Amino acid sequence: MASASIGRKQKPSWIYYVFRNYTLYLFLLPAVVLTIVFKYVPMYGSIIAFKNFSPLKGIMGSEWVGFENFNRFLSSPNFYDIFMNTLKLSVYGLLLGFPVPIVLALMLNQIRGARIKKNIQLILYAPNFISVVVLTGMLFVFLSPAGVINSLVTMFTDKPISFMSDPAYFRTVYILSGIWQGAGWASIIYVAALSNVDPQLHDAATVDGASLLRRIWHIDLPTLKPVMAVLFILAAGGIMSIGYEKAFLMQTAMNTPTSEIIATYVYKVGLQSGDYAYSTAIGLFNSIINIILLVLVNAVVKRLNEGEGLY
Amino acid sequence: MDIHISRKDRVLLVITYVLLALLVLIVLFPLLYVLLASFLNPNVLLTKGLSLNASDWSITGYEKILGNAAMLRGFLNAILYSTGFALATVVVSVFAAYPLSLEGFVGKRMFMVFFLITMFLSGGLIPTYLVVKDLNLLNTIWAIILPGAVSVYNIILARTYFAGIPKELNQAAQIDGATDQRLFFQIILPLSKPIIFVLALYAFVGQWNSYFDAMIYLDNNQLFPLQLVLRSILIQNQVDPGMISDILAQAELKKLSEMIKYSSIVVSSLPLIVMYPFFQKYFEKGVMVGSIK
Repeated sequence: MASASIGRKQKPSWIYYVFRNYTLYLFLLPAVVLTIVFKYVPMYGSIIAFKNFSPLKGIMGSEWVGFENFNRFLSSPNFYDIFMNTLKLSVYGLLLGFPVPIVLALMLNQIRGARIKKNIQLILYAPNFISVVVLTGMLFVFLSPAGVINSLVTMFTDKPISFMSDPAYFRTVYILSGIWQGAGWASIIYVAALSNVDPQLHDAATVDGASLLRRIWHIDLPTLKPVMAVLFILAAGGIMSIGYEKAFLMQTAMNTPTSEIIATYVYKVGLQSGDYAYSTAIGLFNSIINIILLVLVNAVVKRLNEGEGLY
Repeated sequence: MDIHISRKDRVLLVITYVLLALLVLIVLFPLLYVLLASFLNPNVLLTKGLSLNASDWSITGYEKILGNAAMLRGFLNAILYSTGFALATVVVSVFAAYPLSLEGFVGKRMFMVFFLITMFLSGGLIPTYLVVKDLNLLNTIWAIILPGAVSVYNIILARTYFAGIPKELNQAAQIDGATDQRLFFQIILPLSKPIIFVLALYAFVGQWNSYFDAMIYLDNNQLFPLQLVLRSILIQNQVDPGMISDILAQAELKKLSEMIKYSSIVVSSLPLIVMYPFFQKYFEKGVMVGSIK
C-alpha cells in the first residue's frame, strides 16, 4: 500500500522513466549517431540532385536548378538503353532465378537418407561463400576464348564464342552464374519450411492413392506459398537496385551495350567523372522507381494471395 | 510405417536423384577444376586432361602468390577489416537491440521507425561518399568499418532473440535490485552467445568477400584488402611484375600467369570453404532467424 501511494504522488512521467533508465538510452546512442551520420545526412545530402553542386560552395551554397539534372538524364541518348538494360537484367534474373531454389528444395525434400541430404546441401551451399571478385575471375578464365568452356564449344563450331566481350552473352552469363552461386543457399529457407510439414499428411494422402506429384502440388507447395510471396515481393521491389558489385566487374569495354546499368553508370558519372549532382539525380530517380515498384508488387501479390502481403 | 511406393512415383524419385546428382556435379566441377589447374599446367589440363606426367605438376603458382608482398598485405588488411567490422557491427547492434526488446521502453516505436526508414530510403552512393570524404575518413580503416556498422537487419535479429528470453529471469533479477545495465551484462549477454556468434560470422564473411567500399574509399594500395588485390590479378589481368619478372619466354609467362590466377583463387577462397562446413549450422540459423520477424 505504501509503495503504491508513493508511486501516485511522484507521477512517473516519461521524463522520469528516461531519467531512471538513462543507461538504456546510452546503449542506443552509438547506433543512433552512426545512423544519423551515415544514413540521414546522406539523405539530406541527396538534395544536391536539385542543385548545381560545387564542392567548394557546399550543399547549402550551391544554387538550385530544379529538375535540370533529371531532365538531362531522361533526355540523354544513353537513357533508354541503360534503363532497359537494368530492367531486363533483373526481370530476366528474377523470372529465371526465382523458381530454382523452390524446385531444389522440393527435390531435396524427397531424399530419405539424412546423411546424404546433409552432404548434398553442404556442396550446393558452398558457392555462396565465394566472393564476387573470385566468381567473376572464374568466369573470365573459364569463358575466355582459350578457356575450358570454349574447348567444348569448338568441338561443335569452328569459332570460339567471346562470352565475356560479346554483348549478346552478358545477361546469360550474369544470370546463370548468379543461379550457380545463389540457388543452393536460397533454398535453405524453403527446405526449412518443408521440414515443418506433418509427415502424417503425406502418409494419409499416399494411403488414399495420391501420387507423389499430386502430394507435392497439394501439400508441399501450399506450405511454401507464404514464404514465396514474401520473397517475391522483396525481390521484385529491388528490381531496379540490382547490385553493381558483379555487373561492374563483368563489364568490359566491348560489352557495355548490354552491361551498362543504372548502378554502374552512377558510379562512372559520379566518382570517375566527378559529376556529383548529376550522378545523385540518377541514383535518386532509381530509388523512386524502386519504392513505386515495391508498393505496386505488394498490392498485386496481396490481391492474389488472399490479402497476405508484406505489409 | 511402410507405405507402398507406386511405380510412377518410383520413376519420379529416380529422376529426382539423377537430377540432384547432376546439380552436385555442376556445382563441384568448376571448384575442382580450379583446384586442379592451380597445381597442373592449365594448358595440359585443357588439352590432355589429367596428366600423370610429374613434370606437368608444380606448386610454382602458390610459391609466387605466397611470396608476393601485395597479396600478403591484402590478407592481413582483410583480416583487420573483417574483424574490425564484425566487432563494430555486433557491439553496436546488440547494444541497440536490448532496449528495443524491452516491454514498456519509452520511445521504442520512435526508434524502430528511425532505424527502419533507412532500410527503404538511402542517400545513395555519392552523398554517402561525400560524407565520408568530409569527415576525412577516406583512406582510413574507418571508411570501411563505420558506414555499414549499423545494420537494421542485425538489430531486428538480436531484438527478436532477446525478446525470446524468458521474462521471469528479468523479473527475478529486478526484484533483487539489479539495474538494467547489470541485467544486460550478467544475464542477457551470456544467454545470447549463439546470436552474437551468428551476427559476427555473417559480418566477417560479408566483409571478407566485399570489394566495392574498399574500391571507392581507399586509393592507397598499401591499404587494399585481399579482394582488391585479387581484382587486379583476376579481372584487370595485372599480375604483379614482381611475380614473373624472372621469366622471359612468352609461353612460359602465359602459363605461369594462368597458374597464379588459379592458385590465388584457391588461397583466397580456401579459408571460408574449409571453415564453412563446421559453421554450417550457424549460417543456416542466421537465415532462419531472419525469416521470423
